[in-house]
Amino acid sequence: MKQLTRTLIGGLLAGTTGLLLAACSDSGDQGQAEQTEAKPTVTVYSARAEHLIQPIFERYTEETGVKVRFITDSAGALIQRLKAEGSNTPADLLLTVDAGNLWQASQEGLFQPVESEVLERNIPDHLQADNNDWFGLSVRARTIVYSTERVDPSELSTYEALADDQWQGRLCLRTAKKVYNQSLVATMINTLGEETTEEIVSGWVNNLATAPHSNDTSAMEAVLAGQCDVTLVNTYYFGRLQKDNPEVKLAIFWPNQDGRGVHVNVSGAGLTKHAKQPEAAQALLEWLSSPEAQEQFAEANQEYPANGSVEPSDFVAAWGDFKADSVNVESAGRLQSDAIKLMDRAGYR
Amino acid sequence: MTNPAMTHSVIQRERRRHYWQARLWHLPVWFMAVLVLMPVSVIVLSWGDAQTDIWQHLIQTQLGRLLENTLILVVGVGLWTLLLGVSLAWLVAVCDFPGRRWLDWALMLPLAVPTYVVAFVFLAITDYAGPIQSLWRAWLGPDVAFLPVRGPLGVVFIMTCVLYPYVYMLARSAFIAQGRGLTDAARLLGEGPWGAFWRVALPMARPAIAVGISLALMETLADFGAVAVFNYDTFTTAIYKSWFGFFNLTAAAQLASLLLLFVALALFAEQKGRGRSRFHQTPRRETQRYPLKGVQAWLASGYCITVFVVAFAIPIGQLALWTWAEGAAALDSRYWSLIRHTFILGGVAALATTLLALLVAYGQRLLGKHQVSGAVRLASLGYALPGSVLAVGIMIGFAFIDREIINRVQALLGLETQQLLVGTLLALILAYAIRFFSVAFGPVQSSLERIRPSYQEAAHSLGANQWRVLLRVYLPLLTPGLLTAALLVLVDTMKEMPATLLLRPFGWDTLAVRIYELTGEGQWRRAALPALTLVILSIAPVMLMIRQSRLPARTATTLSSGSGPKP
Repeated sequence: MKQLTRTLIGGLLAGTTGLLLAACSDSGDQGQAEQTEAKPTVTVYSARAEHLIQPIFERYTEETGVKVRFITDSAGALIQRLKAEGSNTPADLLLTVDAGNLWQASQEGLFQPVESEVLERNIPDHLQADNNDWFGLSVRARTIVYSTERVDPSELSTYEALADDQWQGRLCLRTAKKVYNQSLVATMINTLGEETTEEIVSGWVNNLATAPHSNDTSAMEAVLAGQCDVTLVNTYYFGRLQKDNPEVKLAIFWPNQDGRGVHVNVSGAGLTKHAKQPEAAQALLEWLSSPEAQEQFAEANQEYPANGSVEPSDFVAAWGDFKADSVNVESAGRLQSDAIKLMDRAGYR
Repeated sequence: MTNPAMTHSVIQRERRRHYWQARLWHLPVWFMAVLVLMPVSVIVLSWGDAQTDIWQHLIQTQLGRLLENTLILVVGVGLWTLLLGVSLAWLVAVCDFPGRRWLDWALMLPLAVPTYVVAFVFLAITDYAGPIQSLWRAWLGPDVAFLPVRGPLGVVFIMTCVLYPYVYMLARSAFIAQGRGLTDAARLLGEGPWGAFWRVALPMARPAIAVGISLALMETLADFGAVAVFNYDTFTTAIYKSWFGFFNLTAAAQLASLLLLFVALALFAEQKGRGRSRFHQTPRRETQRYPLKGVQAWLASGYCITVFVVAFAIPIGQLALWTWAEGAAALDSRYWSLIRHTFILGGVAALATTLLALLVAYGQRLLGKHQVSGAVRLASLGYALPGSVLAVGIMIGFAFIDREIINRVQALLGLETQQLLVGTLLALILAYAIRFFSVAFGPVQSSLERIRPSYQEAAHSLGANQWRVLLRVYLPLLTPGLLTAALLVLVDTMKEMPATLLLRPFGWDTLAVRIYELTGEGQWRRAALPALTLVILSIAPVMLMIRQSRLPARTATTLSSGSGPKP
């Protein structure tokens, strides 16, 4: 028995070691490449998906010789990892979507402020943190999308109006668990107050044609199929649908144009508190806010550039100009848990 | 030898050696227990910090519904996996009908498909905008209601499709091991075929079926992917909400520890319920199946084929269609590195976890069950936690060790302080081992238990030397268990998402990571290619698993024919 176990264990150990060696040699060539390069490597934790950031980092490396390595995960998980790693962290930049996540990271003390004329010049004040902990890099608008077959745009006016009786059984919404909706409701609390907002959200829930969808795309598909007539989505999801099918019988409506404007949010980044390459990381951040990078950064996901001097792509511009809500997106983070509680009370799942 | 004092001292020395050798076997058992204890204690320690605010809110607004939803899910999935798993296993193991040979392994295949993939494929097919409901409306008009897919019905259906193979796999081996002997005896004593099944075959397979169902239910409780796609609120979604919505990991961990408590209680109840009823059978020599004829045969075929088509062929067909429509644009060199990483991580995790399982099982056997059973049970808890919660517990634990121990040693030695655990392959492999230990432990332990000391004695008395015993007795008896364990862990690791995402080293993206990135952006169709690849990669191990379990352990059969229950 003993011998047998020894043999078996020996075999298993040998196998494990072999595979580990294969694994190490696999990452080995990366290590060598880094050594031959004198320039520093900037390390990014990114909640923005690989296919959206890889090309732009590659371009940065081409232009400057500075390498960028990154891992992707959800914002919550990355924030937790930064917290747990403390001063040990290899990360120089945290790149994530939604101001709520950025605000949270800032609250946790994971960023250090960046004093940069370039960034101040490139990124408008309401799209960055007051304490300069983070900077918005692209703008995403959450707006109304309606069926061109069953809705006349004159019926539409504001987010609030979707709570009216005329939309009974005609509204589809994405789940309240998604941070986009939490931010929308948080900014509504900020401007309208909690009581009014709760009435509106209850009205939405009342008007739902079906239980909330798990993503924007399936909510739009439900509108297309006739299950409901209007929904709230981020414009780039609509953009994807339109790219696949230019004749799609849906259209964008910009609400609240006579009032506070369309709800916008950002994707953005900040320098981590324990960054090992703060100068190189700041240079990357500044470059990302520059006109040449902004175009590509926004276009990769059909978003709007955060840098006001850069025009959105033609495809996006074709949806028309709109007035955006200029409330500082930080309020979305501050009021996020209030918003979730409010939606829970209103029965919005 | 003639000097009694010397003999005495030799015996003493031998005894002491044996004592220390036996002690040594505590090591792997406790290593594993401590490894699992690390994330679990991070989670349990969360109670040190009361989160009154969130708890009040949860109790006021949702807790009732969450518990109700979770209960519906557990009861539904438990019942349906039991019905499907046992009936299919019985047909395939004991009866003969057209198509039985390929259905035997084909029915295992849904195990190769990750739950989150089946969920999004099925919702795309069956939701209001999908082809089935569109057809329905075209034929019956828009006002005839269809089944409420995005509710408990749909979620239970999806989970059953993916998880029944656990019950099927274990029940099938149990039925095959029983052979026909006892059922035939029951029938000779006047039972009908159904009576023999209910009173003899089923009770004897009960322990195996219970293990299968408890695996399925642990996955159900820990699942986040499917319930998120269906927006069905369960205990797990509340955990995620506390974490990602309220940014309150403490409250999330408290919720998770409640979940852990449920699972521990359920495992305890299962142990107690099984009581002392243990069944041992003589390994059978060959199968003599009941041939089904006419309508019966076609019903059996039809039933098995329907399950296979619904649970596997349709989702895979849909994935293939999407992949075809999207074209091969994604098939660049980076794609091959995804496959390579997936496979290397799966392989290393499978080997390491199986090795740990073998060491622990062997340690437990040497030390006696009761001495270490608490530690062993503890080591099995990793499977029941939602993957992300476990992953974050592991990460916090490793980061702590990095900071408090490794960094200090580094500083002491005058080295540059850096992380040696978090973000390295070692941490990731250990995380897989923690998560999938119980998956590997079951098969290894049961195959080790089957080796009776009498086998060794018998072989020796027939003149076989140690090597021959090793090669001809132990290895054949252990191999199936080890192989099953390794293959199960391989498949599970390749599908694993949260720990891979959180703990992988730079550049180590896998297919599951790619699926996450695409589906996270709502790009389901583009996720079809990596999802399909993942399924194809997993099919081979699943088939291998079934093949080897079909072969009877010949050596054992010839050695132990006619022996009674084990000591």
